Amino acid sequence: MNFPLNRAMMAPRGSVTETALKVGTLRMLEGASLDRLFGALSKRGYRLLGPAVREGAIVFDEINSAADLPAGWTDEQEGGTYRLKKRSDDALFGYAVGPHSWKKFLHPPAERLWQADRKGKTFEVTEEKPDTQKTAFIGVRSCDLHAIAIQDKVFLNGYYVDPLYKARREHAFIVAVNCGQAGGTCFCVSMGAGPKAAAGFDLALTEVCEPERHYFVVEAGTDLGAEILAELPGREVEGREKAAAEDTVASAAQQMGRYMDTTNIKELLYQNYAHPRWDTVAARCLTCANCTMVCPTCFCTTVEDVTDLQGEHAERWQKWDSCFTKDFSYIHGGSIRATSKARYRQWMTHKLATWFDQFGTSGCVGCGRCITWCPVAIDITEEVRAIRQAPQSPKSSPVGDKYGNS
Amino acid sequence: MAKKQKPKLAVWKFASCDGCQLSLLDCEDQLLPLTERIDIANFPEASRAVVKGPYDLSLVEGSISTPHDAERIHQVRRASKFLVTIGACATAGGIQALRNFIDVKDFISIVYATPAYIDTLKKSTPIAEHIRVDFELRGCPINKEQLVEVVSAFLQGRKPNVRPHSVCMECKRRGAVCVMVAHGTPCLGPVTHAGCGALCPAYHRGCYGCFGPMETPNTREMSAAWERLGVKQKDLVQIYRSFNAYAEPFYSESRIHESKIHQG
Repeated sequence: MNFPLNRAMMAPRGSVTETALKVGTLRMLEGASLDRLFGALSKRGYRLLGPAVREGAIVFDEINSAADLPAGWTDEQEGGTYRLKKRSDDALFGYAVGPHSWKKFLHPPAERLWQADRKGKTFEVTEEKPDTQKTAFIGVRSCDLHAIAIQDKVFLNGYYVDPLYKARREHAFIVAVNCGQAGGTCFCVSMGAGPKAAAGFDLALTEVCEPERHYFVVEAGTDLGAEILAELPGREVEGREKAAAEDTVASAAQQMGRYMDTTNIKELLYQNYAHPRWDTVAARCLTCANCTMVCPTCFCTTVEDVTDLQGEHAERWQKWDSCFTKDFSYIHGGSIRATSKARYRQWMTHKLATWFDQFGTSGCVGCGRCITWCPVAIDITEEVRAIRQAPQSPKSSPVGDKYGNS
Repeated sequence: MAKKQKPKLAVWKFASCDGCQLSLLDCEDQLLPLTERIDIANFPEASRAVVKGPYDLSLVEGSISTPHDAERIHQVRRASKFLVTIGACATAGGIQALRNFIDVKDFISIVYATPAYIDTLKKSTPIAEHIRVDFELRGCPINKEQLVEVVSAFLQGRKPNVRPHSVCMECKRRGAVCVMVAHGTPCLGPVTHAGCGALCPAYHRGCYGCFGPMETPNTREMSAAWERLGVKQKDLVQIYRSFNAYAEPFYSESRIHESKIHQG
């Protein structure tokens, strides 16, 4: 995964001393010293965003110190249910991903693109200025790192670059956390997206909670990350500590609540447009769009033009949209995807198949949010399994029409 | 530019509580700019001054529940270039459409001392069952920002940004935690029309459907999910049978659960 971003734009370098660390270096940081990391980021002007307990869930919000993190909390997740539970220890990152993803900051739910004001007989357009506030994302899991990399491809590659996304992305510092446990709906291992953070972070933490000790093994992923790590009161990692951190991540990999066989998945779905399973899932689907809202890679938006009552001022707003709405596929005269069957099939086939053709990667990172936050517990891994167990022969599955309606 | 005559706005009341037309008065800061652009020609809640029709924009509140109103709505239509119904009474028949499920005579004899004075229809029906309606604005009551949006859109000759998708999309956009998934609180958000901004879920309450059915409501699966949370048949009848009881998907769904009770 590559990040075509110019990190030279980040904070000015401090003087390089002999304490300078290299990318890839591992250091041990005592649990109580985590605030020193937050302090180092705040001092450089970063706004800290991280996990916090709100409304009975672990969401992403503004945080000030380690005291704001969900110490001693975990979650239990299944299809359509999420519950917070107390842990037996005081781990700060002992839970899986919640209802929010980082896209709420990098690709916000609603943002103004430009405004226009009437000036005599003409009008003047003011484009929205890119946000240059530096933000540090604390506790980004491997699945979400992959999701950010996927959205980078969508918004930053090709001829049309989203300048607002680009600015936010360039000003983001990423503190990843390697998962120590998996949730009931997790399947990052199936998607090759976790649980260990492999790339796309400035620093990656592995939290180790032992009866007598609480510490982090910290890996530097970028020069800036290494520079900040050098300022923290850590030391070299001992072999025992490194092994404990590796065990932690290995146990998360063993706990995946879900599994998806991705062998030839693109071909499988392309050959099964007319599979009866689409009718079964459509009968259950509420077309409420929750899956697309919580998905960390779903990027679709609509634009709304608004005017004031006097007709002197107009604004264009971009808002999260979803392929589960009728308006989404509305062209002259009607919606192309009129049925919930067509919409569910569009979403799942895009995630797992057409995404490869479009962006050269899967659109699914196995975070499990769409399973947990579906009010009726529709499970993408179960849908793939059902089709795989009784696939149609390639010859017998013509598409209803060129848009997949049948 | 030659000074054009301002468009004339009229507000009409049928069977309703007046809450929706009061949303217009509740627009406060927006109200003065509005009067600069539009003549409020007929709005008894705001002013006794009445300018004669025809009207460029009519906002119609309330349902049709009497023979007199069934006549009057045709006069309103004839006097209006563009007609928008506002609120659950006008778009779905309102809470008074509960009469549609039983014999209205039973209500009359219980409520009124002299039933003979009452001249009412058997059903309370939405305006669109009687006349052609140009746009329906949902809610009990309507959202005042949406009302301003509809009037602005009318003045600028554009389509209003009023989306018929689920409440869930508004809930997720504002970052609220799903009360159904995280708390086990029954919520009608997935089958309910957006527009309120997910007000109740944001305050940890389940949605109770004041904006009526969304564009493609799967009430059958919604009810099944509520049943898994322990909701009884009689309560399912009640939840669909409120301000939007007579809106088709909610009407049919409450009937299904009613028949299940009778089957025991």
